Amino acid sequence: MVQKNRLKRSDFIFIESGDAFQPFQYSVGMEGSRFFAELRDHKKFWGLRCPSCRKVYVPPRKICGPCFKTMEEWVEVGPMGTLSAFTILRFPFIDPETGEKKPVPYGYAFILLDGASTQFQHFLKIDPDWPPAIGVRVKPVFAENRQGKLSDILHFEAA
Amino acid sequence: MKRTAIVGCGQTDHNGNRFDVTGIELIHEAVSRALADAELTIEDIDGVVIGNMDHFEGINGVELWSISGNGGILKPTIKLTTGGTTGSTLAIGGYHLTASGLFNKLLVIGWEKNSESDTTGAITTAFDPVWDRLVFAGAISGLAVEASAYMKKFGVTEKDAARAVIRDRKHAVKNPHAHLRREVTIEEVLRAPLLSDPIKALDICPRTDGACAVIFANEDYAEKICPKPAWISGAANRHPYAYLGDVDWYPLKSLALASQELYAKLGIKEPLKEINLMELYTPYSFANLSWIEALGLAKPGEGAKLIWDGVTDAGGALPINLSGGVLSTNPIGATGLIRAAECAHQIMGRAGERQAQGVKKALSTGFGGCFWSDILIYGSEKPS
Ligand SMILES: [Zn+2]
Repeated sequence: MVQKNRLKRSDFIFIESGDAFQPFQYSVGMEGSRFFAELRDHKKFWGLRCPSCRKVYVPPRKICGPCFKTMEEWVEVGPMGTLSAFTILRFPFIDPETGEKKPVPYGYAFILLDGASTQFQHFLKIDPDWPPAIGVRVKPVFAENRQGKLSDILHFEAA
Repeated sequence: MKRTAIVGCGQTDHNGNRFDVTGIELIHEAVSRALADAELTIEDIDGVVIGNMDHFEGINGVELWSISGNGGILKPTIKLTTGGTTGSTLAIGGYHLTASGLFNKLLVIGWEKNSESDTTGAITTAFDPVWDRLVFAGAISGLAVEASAYMKKFGVTEKDAARAVIRDRKHAVKNPHAHLRREVTIEEVLRAPLLSDPIKALDICPRTDGACAVIFANEDYAEKICPKPAWISGAANRHPYAYLGDVDWYPLKSLALASQELYAKLGIKEPLKEINLMELYTPYSFANLSWIEALGLAKPGEGAKLIWDGVTDAGGALPINLSGGVLSTNPIGATGLIRAAECAHQIMGRAGERQAQGVKKALSTGFGGCFWSDILIYGSEKPS
């Protein structure tokens, strides 16, 4: 049978990790740096095409994993795209990037940018007048002050 | 290569919290039970393989930290961890290491204390910090998105998925180790709070504290230890994607490819008829429909029919998750290994109230990573 804890919850002592600063700094490589610079400076999306399978990868990365080939051919994609799958996130959880509760609800979208072979993940605007559906056309909405990161896009919404 | 078998299994009393024990003591509880099941002592064991998702508890040297409870003192002790598939990777590792002949009797342990951190936050740290983490919200979000695509493609409903939940929860009532042991109705599943459309609270696995230990022995020892060892017929796995955006939403490609490889190797043509029992790492309701299609049990979009017809219920032609499955119990690093232990105990005839009759072939899976899959098949007959 399931063993019951023999003490009341208030009798157990817990040691918590507290407010810790995590000093991570991630490089995004040559490809990621170009992608983010184009997003920041020109509001453009760029992908890389595999010389072997011809897939266009967004986000761009140096290697096509299945073919194990280096990619060098840049292709402009988007900014328009098609919603390929989505959910609306409603439960609260801790964002490991900030240590804070993530603001919910939010739309979580997988978008096939025009010309890309892989999907781009971003926020989807929740709009009572526009219930999202797989297959609809969407466009990005950019931030005013862009810094070269994914959050330079605020969200995607109905095109 | 030597033929190899599972000869003993032990599980803790899984629960939403096990505040009464530390992680080390939880591991010890499972190990003691596995040794008792095999009628061995820790001196009989050649080596220990242990795994969990280390970012859940934030303890990175688990194989060292837990050594007093895991039995590895002065023995080769190895850590294996592959995210959600950790437990099934552990089972495959146990198989490979004993089949090699370099280990004769190996103790394999999977464990997790999900009560010790925020599960969704911790899972998110397994994904790419630059490209995945801005919007990704752990396993529930990725699975919800998969469900949205599956429903759209085939017109599958939330009620179809709920039928699979009531199956697993009903089975769990007979499993003394299960975490959630209360039956639920389709109406309760449909009315449960919405977490991430279309996933509601009862569509998704719980967060569990628990450990599982499994003893593998090769052909030189297996039959001396266990009267009816659960022989490993084979194993396969596939890790197809890097970033979440690379995923093809249907079918679950990793499971389709891994199962096709193993069926071909073992000459299995009709898995629905040839396999007697399955323990699937199906962490949410819709997986019980769509992933059995990837396993070749039903045509695309027809998994729900098999579930509604009761084919996979206890007493059906192919019972699935007689343990109650992952929807009833999910100590993540142990979950894939529990699937292996449940298949082994069914073959050994030690599954208690949940015992199925005449189990000759059983199959278990593991799921995790970026839509990755592991699969093992077990037999009552010593492989030729
Ligand atoms: Zn390629």
